[in-house]
Amino acid sequence: MSASGIRPGRRGRSVVTGLGVVAPTGIGAARHWESVLAGKSGLGRITRFDPTGYPVRVAGEVPGFRAGEQVPGRLVPQTDRFTHFALAAAEDALADAAADPATLPEYEMAVVTASSSGGTEFGQHEMENLYQKGSSWVGAYQSIAWFYAATTGQVSIRHGMRGPCGVICGEQAGGLDALGQSRRLLDTGSRLVLSGGTDASLCPYGLVAQMSTGRLSTEDDPARAYLPFDAAASGFVPGEGGAVLVVEQADAARARGVPAYGELRGYAAGFDPTADGTAARHSVLVSVVRRALADAGLAPGDIDMVFADASGTLAEDLAEARAITEVFGPGGVPVTAPKTLTGRLYAGGAALDVATALLALSAGVVPHTAGLGRTAPGCEIDLVLDRPRQTDPRTALVLARGHGGFTSALVLGAGDRDARTK
Amino acid sequence: MAEFTLDDIRRILRASAGVDEQTDLDGEHFADTAFVDLGYDSLALLELVNRIEREYGIQIPDGDLAHTQTPREALSYVHARLTEAHV
Repeated sequence: MSASGIRPGRRGRSVVTGLGVVAPTGIGAARHWESVLAGKSGLGRITRFDPTGYPVRVAGEVPGFRAGEQVPGRLVPQTDRFTHFALAAAEDALADAAADPATLPEYEMAVVTASSSGGTEFGQHEMENLYQKGSSWVGAYQSIAWFYAATTGQVSIRHGMRGPCGVICGEQAGGLDALGQSRRLLDTGSRLVLSGGTDASLCPYGLVAQMSTGRLSTEDDPARAYLPFDAAASGFVPGEGGAVLVVEQADAARARGVPAYGELRGYAAGFDPTADGTAARHSVLVSVVRRALADAGLAPGDIDMVFADASGTLAEDLAEARAITEVFGPGGVPVTAPKTLTGRLYAGGAALDVATALLALSAGVVPHTAGLGRTAPGCEIDLVLDRPRQTDPRTALVLARGHGGFTSALVLGAGDRDARTK
Repeated sequence: MAEFTLDDIRRILRASAGVDEQTDLDGEHFADTAFVDLGYDSLALLELVNRIEREYGIQIPDGDLAHTQTPREALSYVHARLTEAHV
């Protein structure tokens, strides 16, 4: 019996059959993937509020999201934007997987999302009501809109998924942890899990809270503001959005006759209590990567591409590059970070990276990291720059680190769904 | 005394708790359909109470409006409170 309560040897295969994406690179998996291949950035000066006077003025905003059209009407005033994103993405993911929850046993479906900021924008509005007008002006829905599990709860209610639902708060690593938890649930009686994560904290309250980490870029030029692994790295750009994925038992997906983007083959998580901007270590990440590979039953040489966490701060980038080099050897595996197009999406970031990696496996392409200049000295990794590589990757490793020390890795294998024909 | 009508209940529900394709606030049976069947839960009623208190300057003790089942019952309760407030 392992710490997760699941006996070794009982593990079935977990596959991803549906993707829902709401990201600065576009709404919908297809549009997002087009932007990734084209290197089309979603970064720009903040428009959701006037950023003049704030030290951080560049962000990745989701273009053209209209809650009134993409979210059930009643839930628009009752929930925060991060929940709006997830409701829209969940709808898309289920449609993409051709899964109709009404036809599946309600207690065998679950929802596990990652959350990082909670309903910040909703909360800011209600706090303004409180200090400007008084307590009777604070809306009743603040009580359910702000908290981390709000998205999981609303998605669960919306689709009648009454299995073991939950939320995981692991900052930028949370998306991988949610998928790891989904895989556990599929081994303990669930057949379909909606998982992933979204975040939407591009309001003054959300931004100021994040600024205290000292890692956000104050660069004003969107093309220069987020340059991970680059000699000119200046921190990261915050973004909003994320992805929701339909994760199923492979047998259940086969019985439904739907193809899979790929398989969740291995997962591991660790925690580095010493993590901070000046003393980032690589040893925890090394051990997490090795345990994820062992969980997948794969050797380093079996991995065809790595999606990096790509912190954008020099010390953390070097620590990640060293960890990758220690496991795979210098230049031993193609490394990419398409998140330069979106910024770091907090709870949505790792979920979107997994969606991107699955689209890459389906398309047989290693997407590139757009916009970088000169790689920082000491980064001995094979960074995929300038253009995608058509090398037909069959496996991917996704890395994610969350503020404070969360460290996670997920190994993906190719499925039988061909994105090129979509 | 401020006018308070079924239209005010519709307006407040729309703004505070929202509507969707399952909600028919303009149907002929609106007034006599239970709030729960219109899709409004206890939070929606709490929000309704808050907004009526603010707009009409009356106090509605906690839970009072929750005992009303339909918009018509809520309407007559609010009318009674408004009358009291202006005696």
